[in-house]
Amino acid sequence: MDRPAKIVIKDLNLYFGKNHVLKNVNVQIPEHKITVILGPSGCGKTTLLKSLNRLIDLNPNVKVSGSILIDEEDVLHTRKDITQIRRKMGLLAQRPYPLPMNIFNNVAFGLRISGRRNQLMLKRRVQHYLEQANLWNEVKDRLKDSATSLSIGQQQRLCLARGLSVDPEIILADEPTSALDPLSSMAIEQKFVELKKNYTIVLVTHILQQAQRIADHVIFMYMGEVLEQGSADEVFNHPKHEITRNFIKGNFN
Amino acid sequence: MAGIQVTRKLRSKLHGSWMIISFVMVMLVPVFLSIGLYLKSRPLFVDQGIFEVLFSSSWKPMAGKFGLLPFIVSSLWVTLMSLIIAIPVCLLTAIHLTQYAKRWVLRIMHPVIDILAGIPSVIFGVWGILVIVPFVANKLGPLLGKQTSGFTIISGGLVLAVMIIPFILNILIEVFRGLPDELSEAALSLGASKWQSIKYVLMRKAFPGIVSAIGLGLSRAFGETIAVLMVVGNVTRIPTGFFQPGYPLPALIANNYGEMLSIPRYDAALMFAAFVLFVIVTLFNFLSRLAIANIEKHS
Amino acid sequence: MTDKRIRYIEEGFFRVLMFFSTTGIVLTLLLILFSILMKGLPSLSWEMLSQTPKGGFYYGKEGGILNAIIGSLYLSLGSTILAFVIGLPVALFMNIHLIRYKRLVNAVRFFLDLLWGVPSIVYGAFGFSVMIYFGIKASLIAGIVTVTVFILPIMIRAIDEALKTVPRGLLESTLSLGATRSETSYRVYFRQSFSGIVTALLLSFGRAIGDAASVLFTTGYTDHIPTSLNQPTATLPLSIFFQLSSPIQEVQNRAYASAVVLTIIILIISLSVRYFEKRFHKHKIKF
Repeated sequence: MDRPAKIVIKDLNLYFGKNHVLKNVNVQIPEHKITVILGPSGCGKTTLLKSLNRLIDLNPNVKVSGSILIDEEDVLHTRKDITQIRRKMGLLAQRPYPLPMNIFNNVAFGLRISGRRNQLMLKRRVQHYLEQANLWNEVKDRLKDSATSLSIGQQQRLCLARGLSVDPEIILADEPTSALDPLSSMAIEQKFVELKKNYTIVLVTHILQQAQRIADHVIFMYMGEVLEQGSADEVFNHPKHEITRNFIKGNFN
Repeated sequence: MAGIQVTRKLRSKLHGSWMIISFVMVMLVPVFLSIGLYLKSRPLFVDQGIFEVLFSSSWKPMAGKFGLLPFIVSSLWVTLMSLIIAIPVCLLTAIHLTQYAKRWVLRIMHPVIDILAGIPSVIFGVWGILVIVPFVANKLGPLLGKQTSGFTIISGGLVLAVMIIPFILNILIEVFRGLPDELSEAALSLGASKWQSIKYVLMRKAFPGIVSAIGLGLSRAFGETIAVLMVVGNVTRIPTGFFQPGYPLPALIANNYGEMLSIPRYDAALMFAAFVLFVIVTLFNFLSRLAIANIEKHS
Repeated sequence: MTDKRIRYIEEGFFRVLMFFSTTGIVLTLLLILFSILMKGLPSLSWEMLSQTPKGGFYYGKEGGILNAIIGSLYLSLGSTILAFVIGLPVALFMNIHLIRYKRLVNAVRFFLDLLWGVPSIVYGAFGFSVMIYFGIKASLIAGIVTVTVFILPIMIRAIDEALKTVPRGLLESTLSLGATRSETSYRVYFRQSFSGIVTALLLSFGRAIGDAASVLFTTGYTDHIPTSLNQPTATLPLSIFFQLSSPIQEVQNRAYASAVVLTIIILIISLSVRYFEKRFHKHKIKF
């Protein structure tokens, strides 16, 4: 890796009560690339993703040790306000969770809470982000409509626009196409490929083909441990672990 | 931009402080309640023991005698009466609604139960005076060979029964709905009829929930004041039959607050009555809800 | 008779009983409403609704129950608003800030359910002794505070039930945007659960306006419409109660008319609750 890693995770151990959910995770996530966290269901991928922006703080009985360095700052042990840290990362969830507002306000929400009030500026920015998410043309005439009037694929793109509106540096995506039809899924995947120029993308998925289509860098997890990580070429074409090989061949149940 | 962040932080902090203050206030309510009532009751026990007050049937405030037994017994009678009527009705209805009835029946029953639950106590009292008291005096009494004015325990029990039915019914519906389908399916596939699966399997599984519902209904009935007060007669003596007047504990407190200050230690006696009421109701509530929580934990 | 026939008869017997008990409940409700309306409507007049009691009101002469109607509205609105201001933050606190501490939140819910069960007369008696201790006389403000404490558990639990339905994913998505928890509470949760919160308000209001035991000692009674918080205030339930206790037939009839007024108010509230539960889904996301 020639570029410095954007995110470095060292010796991360996470417990939900007595469950050792993440075991000695050590990974590096490069900047401006699509890193896919791959693995079978239940291996801890989502937990790892959610540790990055400290959403795991919401879980009861969580114990964490280790460090997560984003731009060399430890997110787990920082004195800084957690909301500032979260803004560095945008989250795209498994299913779209539009805010209970109209389309315009959904995207403007992030801007508003950071204090931007200028109506003209808000309009321009909202348009910009909707364009980035490839949604502008479909909604430009109905910005005041409720977000619920959009199809599920459109809602997910709306959530993407919303996530981009806080100018994050990293995009976290938790199986973002699992609720979508194939066409919308492709649209989101393509979007990520375009976006990686300006953002660092961390994508969780259990769909092998999706990873193979768009990953630059792969982290393969199994039962809470990171079994392999490396460039997509390395992991897919020359896997070191038997389990990884089986997964890629499709021998997993 | 920094200014905005400071405002956000401030707002968040203020809101957070208000939330915690409100939270603490709410949590302290029962603490103050119990301490306050206890303290106000203390003067009563200067020269009589707590058992004397609870178990003596001599209520002569002027002479300094504050035996609460007649009132406690009256409360028990009225509550018992209301449960005797309400429990079978609610059980039957709950089983009917969850096991047998068609959709439209449920759709009608829903608002009926909600409206019934929302009717204020005093309206039930008015209805009691209008319909129940004459019914007891002119129809029910003579039928059973009793001469009565209608202002009796049985009137109180009837009115109270109607008041607690929506309450118990809602709980029982929840209990029966919470029973897993697999249970009745298992019984049916062994050859049992629908009724048999209800009688021998579902009822057994629902038993703890039913007991809890009864406990909650009991505490609700025990604490009901105005409606019962209006129809039960308010005569201070230990009732010896359903057709006699009674004087439940809440009615005692409600009727006599005016005299409270003129007779020494009367206020302490009434506060103690309120304390007893509080303790009994909360105890039954606590046990019943604990049982329900246990059921939910195991399902 | 064969075993099967006995069973068949038994089932039939109970099914008949079930039918009777279910219809019995519906009929009882209808009976209650019917008898109150029948007895009260004839005595209901515009005069009753628009005037306060005049000179010989309690002897059957002119006047109306406007004092009680306005008094009840002041009292119930005041206590509902106060309970909302205290209760909403508590419910939000439980659902957002304490979301990590599931056991604690469940304990708080249990605790609130216990508080819900405390009879209103206990609050009234306690309120009265507090009033005596501090030398406060029976007044609107004393009534408002007492009723507020009485309806707080209802308000909090009802709002809590509405907030419970908001999915975790929405909370996570909103926090990921860098929102503070308070912003999440008000800008997102509140809007999402809006209809549920309105329902909570209506339910609490209904309980506040109908309760007599908590206002009996604390609010007093008067023939006038209160002009300040320190004045005693008439309430509908007490108005009904006092008029009914009168030996004069005319006054008793007025009691029934007052009962009609209260019943109609409650019916409006009940139906509004159902209405709000069905509509108001404009921005509410269905998950």
